[in-house]
Amino acid sequence: MEHAATHETATGLPTWKLGFWTFIGSETLFFGSLISTYMVYKGASVVGPYPHEILNIPLTTISTFVLLMSSFAMVLALAGVQQGNRKQALIWLAMTAGLGATFLAFQAYEFTEFYRHGLTLSTNLFGSTFFILTGFHGAHVTVGVIWLTILWVMALRGRLGPGDALKVEVAGLYWHFVDVVWIAIFTLVYLLQ
Amino acid sequence: MATAETTALRTAPAHRSGLWSWITTVDHKRIGILYGATSLFFLLVGGLEALLIRLQLAVPDNDLIGPELYNQLFTMHGTTMVFLVGMPIAVAFFNYIVPLQIGARDVAFPRLNALSYWIFLFGALLMNSSFLFGAAPNAGWFGYAPLTGEQYSPGLNIDFWVLGLQVLGVASIMGGINFITTIINLRAPGMRLMRMPLFTWMALVVSFLLITALPVFAVALFFLTFDRFWGTKFFVTSAGGDPILWQHLFWLFGHPEVYILILPAFGIISDVLPAFTRKPLFGYAIMVYSGILIGFIGWGVWAHHMFATGLGPVADAFFAAATMIIAIPTGVKIFNWLATMWGGSLRFDTPMLFCIALVGMFTIGGISGVHHATAPANLQQTDTYYVVAHFHYVLVGGLIMGVFAGLYFWLPKVTGRMLDERLGKLHFWLTVIGVNLTFFPMHFAGLLGMPRRIFTYSSELNLGSINMVITIGGIITAIATMIFVYNLWRSLRHGAPAGDNPWNAHTLEWATTSPPPEYNFGRIPEIRSREPMWDHPEEMIAAAQHVPEKPIHMPSPSYWPIFTAFGITLTAALFLTKIWWTPLLGLLWTAVGVVNWAFEPLER
Repeated sequence: MEHAATHETATGLPTWKLGFWTFIGSETLFFGSLISTYMVYKGASVVGPYPHEILNIPLTTISTFVLLMSSFAMVLALAGVQQGNRKQALIWLAMTAGLGATFLAFQAYEFTEFYRHGLTLSTNLFGSTFFILTGFHGAHVTVGVIWLTILWVMALRGRLGPGDALKVEVAGLYWHFVDVVWIAIFTLVYLLQ
Repeated sequence: MATAETTALRTAPAHRSGLWSWITTVDHKRIGILYGATSLFFLLVGGLEALLIRLQLAVPDNDLIGPELYNQLFTMHGTTMVFLVGMPIAVAFFNYIVPLQIGARDVAFPRLNALSYWIFLFGALLMNSSFLFGAAPNAGWFGYAPLTGEQYSPGLNIDFWVLGLQVLGVASIMGGINFITTIINLRAPGMRLMRMPLFTWMALVVSFLLITALPVFAVALFFLTFDRFWGTKFFVTSAGGDPILWQHLFWLFGHPEVYILILPAFGIISDVLPAFTRKPLFGYAIMVYSGILIGFIGWGVWAHHMFATGLGPVADAFFAAATMIIAIPTGVKIFNWLATMWGGSLRFDTPMLFCIALVGMFTIGGISGVHHATAPANLQQTDTYYVVAHFHYVLVGGLIMGVFAGLYFWLPKVTGRMLDERLGKLHFWLTVIGVNLTFFPMHFAGLLGMPRRIFTYSSELNLGSINMVITIGGIITAIATMIFVYNLWRSLRHGAPAGDNPWNAHTLEWATTSPPPEYNFGRIPEIRSREPMWDHPEEMIAAAQHVPEKPIHMPSPSYWPIFTAFGITLTAALFLTKIWWTPLLGLLWTAVGVVNWAFEPLER
């Protein structure tokens, strides 16, 4: 029986994976534009608070570490699904989503702190560029956490066998991409003030 | 998740007719038809807007249309023609033709394809619904900030513009992803990259431009949206915001967009010309490379739209030189089309006539493009009708001619019926006369100092007679387009049966029946050359029209794409209420759609 959507591909690459890489390519330009704008407007604010007064590097270093570790957990989760090890898949999917949620909690705390110090979207150019850039990144992490949670529920119901590894792999691609974007943001926004 | 209705749909045999079958279709051919019909409709809308503009400008000191409505008309004319006609009509051709040309049964992501279409339709309706509020966008199709900021454009006009375009952009990015994956991954055995028809190649280049250019525009639109709705400072000069940033981001998208619009037309005529010259395309490989080069360099020329902002001599020199370099691969294409025709046994059917018109008229537009690229001359020409003449020569003389060539060429495959040749030739000649009468005098009007985007002009400028000629040209073009619409209607009713390959063309889509079956190819053919229908026609036809012994499983119809598309558009539309929580309703709707979609089985 021939299946239109599943017959062999011209490159041998799964269609889903190729499509998703293309999407990531597109996302690179999206975050590239956001980051470039942040860089262009660096030092352009005419009123405070300014970045050096408010950015908390030690705290963000911890949350960066948390996000990096979630990528590690993602690798183990994928390995678990590929090997059909349901327990490993469940533990590490939960770990990935949990670390992602922890990162978001750090971000929520950071945003509230900034708000209390008088920095909002509309305070100055720093506020506008900072909140939009990190906010869009946070929104991406949120989507990732929801996605991982759905995968975890599927694994819990026994609907995530080795045959579904591609689903987890694609989620992993997304998760690692979001992580890499954060490394760029952390370096350019926090470390290189 | 699955309601009783979806279960019924999954088990029922494929419904091939009726409104519901169109709403739930995931067949690339039907989605192509939907894209085509919608964009032809908006061609008429955008054309009507143009006609109103021309009636206003026909005589000096005219007060037929006031300045407010005039601003809305030229903004919506530009926005409509670029986003609701030029881009989607190319996608209509991509949808219908590309899978047939590469020997695929459908696109890589059929439901995503349907989602793209519905988002496009709803986004177009959202944008145009602004007319109902008397608040159509009114700041030009490139929406320069800070003019488009809250301070200078307080009404709903620009809100409709930013939200509508944001929605339309989503559709384009998803379309780009779909076609890159389709073209790279779903080629028939033996359909190597360098055997693909030029149209498919240009679709691939355009798809790369879509996925790279549109996100930049999305970011620019987000900045402007946040400025307008939540008081961010991106384009607020008093807070240190730089108005040039909008121009950079806009044209970083906007110039690749120019090639998004024109490369499909280049692809179309590269596949049409050989059929009417009985010769393979001259210099196939160099045509592919020059198309890729145009797309690539197209990313490095955006600031030639910004010479007047005073970028400085170094930047001016760089962007002037880069822009002129694009003339080289473009010139290569022009000469290769000429060389394809040289010494061929030419047949002048309507598709061929439109191809020839494209080659001639695009060249005129290309030459005035080089004039603009010359930075000092640009300062003289910018914001005059010389610019209007230029881009209408490339977009009407290029894109629209290519589209009509493609429609006369491929519609017989789509409908199984020919368009009338006599009406076609009448349509062609009236179009060529009307278009040239409209846009050629604009060069003179521009050089004589007629500014763009001003609702009237003084009789002392002595531009009355030129403008009257231009308006008459516009009316002739409108009559020509009506003849096309009549021809289309007539063909659907009484058109002569087309047969499978009425033009004796060389590419794979002509191996199937007209119209093709839902599964396109009974057996996927094995491709052995660039001109399969000239080199091994019997073999290709035998494979394509092979009657399958067992039913071929195609992706099931689904209503989740239209459901999700509605949610996405609703989210954007609810921002117009300026009540902060209302867009959450749209997001919730979208989430329901996405989750149901994710758990719906792909095949019945």
